Amino acid sequence: MAEKKLLSKQEMIEGGVAEGGTMSKLYTGSWRTYVPLTDFDTCTHCMLCWIFCPDVAIKVKDGKKLGTNLQYCKGCGICATECPVDAIEMKLDSEATDEEKAREDVRED
Amino acid sequence: MPERVALTGNDSAAYAMKQLNPDVVAAFPITPQTELMHKFASYVADGVVDTEFVRVESEHSAMSAVVGASLAGARACTATCSAGLALMWEILYVASSCRCPLMMPVVNRALSAPINIHCDHSDSMGARDSGWIQLYSENCQEAYDNAIQAYRVAEHEDVRLPTMVPLDGFILSHTLEGLEVNDDEAVQEFVGDYEPEDSLLNVDDPHTFGMFALPNYYMEYKKQQVDAMEAAMDVVQEVGKEYGEMTGRSYSLVEDYKCDDADVIIVGLGSTMGTAKQAADDLREEGIKAGVLKIRCYRPFPSERINEVLEGAEVVGVMDRAVSFGLGGPLFHEIRSSQWGQTTPLVNFIYGLGGRDLSLNRVKDIFGSLVEAAESDDYEPTVRYVDVRE
Repeated sequence: MAEKKLLSKQEMIEGGVAEGGTMSKLYTGSWRTYVPLTDFDTCTHCMLCWIFCPDVAIKVKDGKKLGTNLQYCKGCGICATECPVDAIEMKLDSEATDEEKAREDVRED
Repeated sequence: MPERVALTGNDSAAYAMKQLNPDVVAAFPITPQTELMHKFASYVADGVVDTEFVRVESEHSAMSAVVGASLAGARACTATCSAGLALMWEILYVASSCRCPLMMPVVNRALSAPINIHCDHSDSMGARDSGWIQLYSENCQEAYDNAIQAYRVAEHEDVRLPTMVPLDGFILSHTLEGLEVNDDEAVQEFVGDYEPEDSLLNVDDPHTFGMFALPNYYMEYKKQQVDAMEAAMDVVQEVGKEYGEMTGRSYSLVEDYKCDDADVIIVGLGSTMGTAKQAADDLREEGIKAGVLKIRCYRPFPSERINEVLEGAEVVGVMDRAVSFGLGGPLFHEIRSSQWGQTTPLVNFIYGLGGRDLSLNRVKDIFGSLVEAAESDDYEPTVRYVDVRE
């Protein structure tokens, strides 16, 4: 991987300010130990997981939960804790199958 | 037209705030700052200002609220002292490193323990490394004038640093003084509108604020702050000069009083410098060439200017209303450091902790002891504690 050139003091915006949306470049999914797996037969699409997710990783379309963006999901488990119908299981990432993860993983890009 | 009024130090700072009409003020009461915010809150209640006044549950929250407001694009202000300033500690650094151009009167009061509500400079001295500009006030007029100039310095594009305006608790904050205040319009025109380059509420040009910086970036941000502080040295002088054109009261980094031909000079901060000027006048009538160097701008520290003024003096006494335990007075050590390579003997006087009064006669005694030291060429002890029973 080519070494990224670091900005000089003069090139940086002063005061710890940067361009918008910098967190989108930080793939926090690599921090994950547990992966959320949603049981869509149980899910009522109440959207509580979408509200509570600190990484805006729950993907929703037309009022329906589609899954979780595993590129950003840290596996914190807040969604599973908040889910009123226990539709989300937190499973050790290493024990989850590729199929299970593929079903859960929804990315925009 | 400027008007002559009678105001206490607290009221004069509140009056300046009224004329500045900040967008957001967040505050928590603490003696002796309480009356300042009482007064300002009454301006808010009476609809004299447009300020959003946020009553917070602590000084940590007060500083956090004004940092948030400032990043959102508002001109923001708070005031505190002593333990309140200490509780703001963490966020003082956030304010300066996020480059929030805040203004904050600090009504100097001792830190506990023993609990004490009276004046010394241990609160604002402790904040000297927090990245805030500090403009000390000798009297109520200066507290008013400094508060108005503070935003111009803080918001200058080369600076963008928060500015603290320390004024001595009770000695100034609760003392009625005749002073001249400007027109509201003149103040508004002097400070102008605040238009930050980037702000949280500018959704057309979104930015990330208060972000994370690892070792590969942190030092560059700190060096930016160092450069801004250095730029403030010129800006403080420019703004002080421009303010003088408007009011007839010019300000600079320091004020040298009868120092040109002085053999003995006292250096210090705040209200004590008024007493020292009177002492110098009296002693000059007795044939002692006494002078006073008042440090108005303590951060950035005007070493060069201080050395220019002190050059030629036979002996210099540095007055500290604070102590750095295990070292002596903070101002003394910074002046001694500035004086590297100079040969003028320096003696440190630590006085007035917890509000102990320093009378005119006592300042004359201090001048006298300096003259004596110079005559006998004996400057020991270097650090002296004024009026301590031992």
